[in-house]
This record gives sequence, C-alpha cells and structure tokens, in this order.
Amino acid sequence: MSYSNLLECTRRGLYCPAGDFYVDPWDRVDHAILTHAHADHARWGCKRYLAARSSEALLKVRLSNSIDLQTLDYGETLRIHNALVSLHPAGHILGSSQVRIEVDGKVALITGDYKLQPDPTCSAWEPVRCDLMVTESTFGLPVFQWPETQLVIKQLVAWWHENQKQGRTSVILAYSVGKAQRIIAEVVRLCGVEVAKDMAVHGAMLGPNRAYRNSGIEIPDLPSAASLSSDHDWSKALILGPPSSQGTGWIKRFSDPSIAMASGWMAIRGTRRRRNVDRGFVLSDHIDWPDLLRAIDACRPETVWVTHGFTDVVARYLMHQGIEAEVLQTHFSGDESEPIISEDA
Amino acid sequence: MRDFARLYQRLDETTKTSDKVSAIVEYFAESPKADSAYALYFLLGQKLKPTLPTRIIRLAAARSAQIPDWLFEETYQWVGDLAETAATMARGVSSGNPESLSQTVEQSLIPLLQLAGPSKRKSRTSASQKDAKATDDDRLASTLIETWSRYDSTERFVFNKLLTGNLRVGVSAKLVTKALGHWCGLPTDELTHRLMGQWEPSEAFLNALIAQDSSEASPSKPYPFCLAHGLPEGFSQCHSVSDYIAEWKWDGIRAQLIQRSGHTFLWSRGEELLDGRFPEIQQAAAGLPDGLVLDGEILAFGDNRPLPFTLLQRRIQRKKPTAKILTEIPVVFVAFDLLEHNNKDLRNESFQHRREILESLKLGNDPAARSLRCNEMFLFDHWDQMIQQRDQARAFGAEGLMLKHRTSLYQVGRVTGTWWKSKVTPYTIDAVLVYAQRGHGRRAGLFSDYTFALWDQDRLVPFAKAYSGLTNEEIGRLDRWIKENTTQRFGPVHEVPPRIVMELAFENIQESSRHKSGIAVRFPRILRWRDDKSPQDADRLDHIKQMLQKAQPR
Ligand SMILES: [Zn+2]
Ligand SMILES: [Zn+2]
Repeated sequence: MSYSNLLECTRRGLYCPAGDFYVDPWDRVDHAILTHAHADHARWGCKRYLAARSSEALLKVRLSNSIDLQTLDYGETLRIHNALVSLHPAGHILGSSQVRIEVDGKVALITGDYKLQPDPTCSAWEPVRCDLMVTESTFGLPVFQWPETQLVIKQLVAWWHENQKQGRTSVILAYSVGKAQRIIAEVVRLCGVEVAKDMAVHGAMLGPNRAYRNSGIEIPDLPSAASLSSDHDWSKALILGPPSSQGTGWIKRFSDPSIAMASGWMAIRGTRRRRNVDRGFVLSDHIDWPDLLRAIDACRPETVWVTHGFTDVVARYLMHQGIEAEVLQTHFSGDESEPIISEDA
Repeated sequence: MRDFARLYQRLDETTKTSDKVSAIVEYFAESPKADSAYALYFLLGQKLKPTLPTRIIRLAAARSAQIPDWLFEETYQWVGDLAETAATMARGVSSGNPESLSQTVEQSLIPLLQLAGPSKRKSRTSASQKDAKATDDDRLASTLIETWSRYDSTERFVFNKLLTGNLRVGVSAKLVTKALGHWCGLPTDELTHRLMGQWEPSEAFLNALIAQDSSEASPSKPYPFCLAHGLPEGFSQCHSVSDYIAEWKWDGIRAQLIQRSGHTFLWSRGEELLDGRFPEIQQAAAGLPDGLVLDGEILAFGDNRPLPFTLLQRRIQRKKPTAKILTEIPVVFVAFDLLEHNNKDLRNESFQHRREILESLKLGNDPAARSLRCNEMFLFDHWDQMIQQRDQARAFGAEGLMLKHRTSLYQVGRVTGTWWKSKVTPYTIDAVLVYAQRGHGRRAGLFSDYTFALWDQDRLVPFAKAYSGLTNEEIGRLDRWIKENTTQRFGPVHEVPPRIVMELAFENIQESSRHKSGIAVRFPRILRWRDDKSPQDADRLDHIKQMLQKAQPR
C-alpha cells in the first residue's frame, strides 16, 4: 500500500505532502509539528510550530519564549490544507503527543517517544486506530521488560535510606526533562511531601521543574544544590543531576556520594558497569518490548515504520508476525541505538 | 541459591574492595558450611564439569520467552552475555521457599550437567543419532525451563553462570582468601597454602580448611607461586643492579616440580596437576633426592634453544603424548628456585642462599636427566649491561630478563614483590582496521574486538586481532564510527572501510601456515590510535616478515 500523499520520509524528516508540514524535523522548516520537548525531537529555528497545549511551558523553556507556537488540546482536530491533524497523549513526558494525520480516509500515527507505564507527571498513552504507524524502537529487544515503577521507586528509596545510615549523599543521574520530574513525583508520593526538605537538584533541572509546576504538575519546589551554602550537610540528601554531571566538579561537593543512574539501559549489566555507577535503577520513559507489541496490537496498523533504535530487529519480527514493516532511516546513527548518547532513555 | 545470588549481586555492584570483603564475610557467617564450601569453590573460579553446552541454554531461553531463535541470537549479540540474556528473557518467579546453595547445586545443577554429559546411547545410523541428540536436547531444555521457573532473574542469571562454568564477578583469589581469613581467623598465607591443589567443595573440606591446627598435608601439595612484576619506570635510578640476580625470562608453563614420599608431582601455576603429560621431566626427576620442591618453567626445547610456545601448546593438549610427539617436541624443566630441600621449607631463606643450594644439585649434569636444567644466572655492575643482555633475549628464545633481589624471601600476595621482569621492547607496527565485532563482559555490546590488516601490494591482508589498549572514550568513539560506517555484515562481524590506522604492539612473530598472512603474532595490543596517519601510511606485510627474519637465531 502506498502512503505517499499521507507521509514520506525526506532528508529533513517525516513530511506530510497533503498538509505541507513536518513532524519533529531535523532541519529548519516552515511548519513543524512537535511530539515533545526533548532535544532530539524539538529543534530551534522553524517558522511555525504546532504542539500539545500541555507542552507549551516546557517547549518555551527548551526553545525560546518567542517561538511562533500554536497549541491543540489532546483529541482536538485541526485541518491543515488537505490533512486532518490531531494530537493524542504518548505518556512519555509532560505534553508528549502522538500525531494522528488523516488524508482521504487513510490514517497515519506517529508515536514519537512513548511508554505505556503509568506516570504521574503526564497523561497516559492512548491507543489510536491507524493504517500506518511510525513507532520508535529505542528498547526494541526482548531483554527490555520494565519492572513495575512502584517496585523500582521502593528500591530507590531503600537505597537512599541505606546511604543515609552510612552518612553518604545519594545522587541520582537522570535526564533533566521528564525522568527527573517523574522520580521526584514518585518519591514524594511514596514517602510524603516532607521528604522534599532533604532533596535538591542540579541547576539544569530548575527550568524544567518550574515548567512542570506552571503546567499544573504537583512537584515540590526543590532548590539547586549549588545555591546552598558550601558547609551544607549533604549526608542525608537525595540529589538529582543530569547524566552529564557524572565526574564533574558539581558532584564533588557531596560527601562520599553513592551514585545511581535511572535509565532503561540499566537493565543490562554491561551498560550498567560501563556507566560506572554504584547502582542502576531500571526506569525508562520509553516503551519496552512487551508493551511495544501490545501497542501495535491495539492500534492495528497495516504497515509499521520503525525508527529510533533496534529498527532492524523490530521490523523483522513484525514481518514474521504478518505485519508489513519497514525500517525508517533517521539521520542519527546507522543501524542501532546508542546507549551512551541517548540520555532520555 | 537466593543468598548466593544476592552475594553475587553485591559483589557485582561495588568496586570497593572493603565492601566486597565484607559481603563475602557476611555470606560465610550466615550460611551453612556446605553452602560456604560451594561458594568458596565458585568464587575461586572453579567450575563443575562438564559444563552445559550453550546451545541448550539458547534453545531453552528462546522457548521459555516464546520468541524465534533468530531473535534470541540478535538479542544475545547485543547484550553480549548468554547467561544474562537467557536469564532476563526466561519466565519464572522466585519460589517462596528458597533453596540453599548446596541444594541447588546437588539437586538441580549437577543432575542437569550429568544429563548433558556424553551420551551412552549407541545408534546405528547417523540419522537416528541426530534424532536422539535432538530428543536429548529437547529434554534438557525442558528441565532447564522448569528449573528457571522457580527463580527470579538474578537467581537465574547466577544459575546460568554456574551452568556455563563462567562465574566471574570481579573478585580475585587473593580477595576471597582474605575474606575467608577475616571470617575464620587464620592468616591468609596459611589459607592460600591449604587451598592449593585440587579439592572437593564439602562441609568436611571446609571444616578441615578452617581448622586451627593444620591437618596432615598431602605430599602432592605445591606452594603458592611467587609472581614477578613489571620493572617500574625509574627503577634503575634508585636501585643498584648489583643487588640483583638476573636470569632469562622464558615464555613457557610456570610449574613446580615436587619430589616427596618417593613420588614426583608436576603442578602448573593454574594449580593443575600435569602428571603424565611430560614423562621426560618426571623420569629425569626420579633421580632427585626426596623432600624437594623446584620452581621453574616448562619449555619446548630443541637444538639447545626453546621452541615456539605454540609447539608447547601441542604438548599440553596431550594427556598421554605419543612416541612421535615426544621426539618431535621434546620439553625441559628449567629450574630457577628451590622451595624445599631435605623436607625443609626454604621459603624464608634468602634467594641467594636458595640459589646456592639449587646450584649444588647440579641439575642437567646427568646425561640421563637432560630434561632438567638450572636457569643460567647473570650478575651486572651497571644497568646498561643489564639492558644489553636483555635486548639479546630474542636471539636466545627468551622474553626478557628476571631480576630477583639477593635477599628476597619467597613471598606470595604482596602488592609489589621482590621479583621483577624486564621484557624486550615489543615489536610495533601500524595497521589498518578492517573488521570489528562486539565485545563481551565489561565491554559487552560495544564494538571492541578489532581485526587489523597490513598491505600486500594493493590488498589489505588481515593479520592480527586486538582487544585492548584503547581508552573507554576511544572505544566509544570507535564504536560509533563502526556503526555508522559498516559496509557489510558477516554474522557478528562488521566490515568497515579501510580508514582507521592504529599502532599495534606484540611480543613475538612466528611463521604460520594457518593464517592467510603467513604469520602469527603473540599478545597483539593497541598502543595508540594514529589519527595522524592515512591508511596508505600503514605498514606492509613485508615489513613484519623482515622482523621475523631478524628474530631468527643467529
Ligand atoms: Zn524523548
Ligand atoms: Zn527521542
């Protein structure tokens, strides 16, 4: 089946000819629809943007206050030339969307990054019936099967308490946009908001945290660790920092820190050891293998385009299952995902 | 099993020696003796034999996870660890009533390994043999799936490691012995000695091991081997070479030759009894006085010169060498130390004193005992004499020189010892990266196994594989480049365009008919990434062949 009027893959990214717009373009284009605010999806410099209303605050923090941004509520339909466009929750981070495009009765769904696990900081993923589904495959191998979030948070809190007993600072490395807020919300939900007095964040998280609060997500207003006095007692603290802060001077201010990382890659011993952290918590904002199959099943596409990750494996598996599948080359890496650079995992 | 799996996890998760020691001590303190005996056995790197063929694990894992075989293989290729891949994907939940480690080993692990052992079934046709094998595999896989179903994924992982005999968890024998000592209160040296040789993991063994008074030692028991360290930079500035006795450093099998109670025992450094493999050495040793232990090196030896290590390897593989191979590849034991004489432990005597008694034995003088020799020694007044002698090592078939302080005792387990080795500057060459494969273990999933080639006319001929030598950052950078530039795949092997040049070092060159390049190099490793060189600047195959000619005996 040809979808050439609906969606095509160009050098600048996914393009809808009928509506003359791009989704998460890699280049500066006139009209871009953004699935979410992560840097590998939301690029600066396009003339006009369209995104979910709940992503507005975050996008303006990430890109600029002055971007020309039109927003849609989830489920609201907009006609752009000959295409009907609507956005549906992707469950990845605050304001993340799947983009539904309908042209002449044919429907394409671009999932962006997504997950099915519950997350208190964003709307839950919704299945959307479609003919063509463009799905990510960051964790598209059967070794990736996420444990229950509540279980992981309990392990994380137990690790924190153990460190407190030994007078060691607990530092969690987590992506600044999405993962950090999810951890803060889950920890507070489990332990009560009074534990926030022992928590602090890296300066890079202040903006995103504020954007989450301005968007109505209830997370405590945590201070930047760098803003506290130099003789601050860190021995009981839980600190969140971006993965890039590992090994920097920022981390050296803490007393004998125990360093953990929260990421889907922590499910694999090799990547965990390579990151050289004391603990790895398996917590991802991307979809795991069983949920990926579940999601495709629920959307019932005739054709699947696989992008971002283990594209070859997922496409081959789907074809064995009788689903037409193709690998979508992105301009990032060649054939597979890269645990070291994709930090939003 | 659950406790042992948690111990494994604790050891795996920390890099701090003190944390590792206390994790092991706690395990010993809280576990039944029979469990501790097994734990000790496994942590010291011993394995139960035979191990389970990996095809059974692959089969069972794919079946348990309900995925096709190719998908399991793809996943395994990426993860890089079979035990982990299988453990993560297989189904199961930890049973409420955890088994002890000895229960797991005796009731699950050993029966499974026995089932996998050589089949006694005799079939007339190869077709029915094949069928029978498939049925056996089938049955084994079902048993394994059933066993997995009782464990959580960490337990499954550790169980799989035991099945494949591959339980590496970043603890050295020294560290384990130290923890054992903390727990039972005996000195580490004593425990190291008691743990030498072969033993069965059992409660009785553990009790004897930690008994306060040493029970009667077995006559075959070797001493822990004293190891040499690389000569540190600047050593010559603060030490006088005349305090040292030098001798050739050989590339053979380090071994102890023990003559006690009328018997001769030959032990390798890997604590393996080599009896029967080197009959000429044992015959020659029969004439030695009783109560004697020699430390030395086994070498393949012909025409008064060591033969290449590859020939010695052919001897090691034979449990009972044939007459033909005995004449083709004769071996000698070159003694360089004397640890016991007249039943007296000499390890706390000075090296000079031990060496004098060793000389007095006049090894090799007896024409009937030519397979025993004493390593020649050299004395120097100046360091440059030492360097000169060392750089001739290759012409004598040696790797370099050993330096031992005259007053040094025979000590084990020191961070820096009193034995030093000084190797000849290795050969180096600039080669082009042509293939890459994902690594295993610590570098699992990353492209870290590389094949390098040299120019022959306008063709690149692969000649060496190298794994180590790059920094983690360089490995990451190279990994990305390989992913983006792969031109072809042959199974796990990725072909890349000839663009990257690396400087390789290696210890030795040999002619080899088995290699396309006609040569084989020993211990190839990456010295540095030559960003400054283009592939055309890499060395030619002729160049390395010239090196080979120069290394031939004079
Ligand atoms: Zn994302
Ligand atoms: Zn992404």
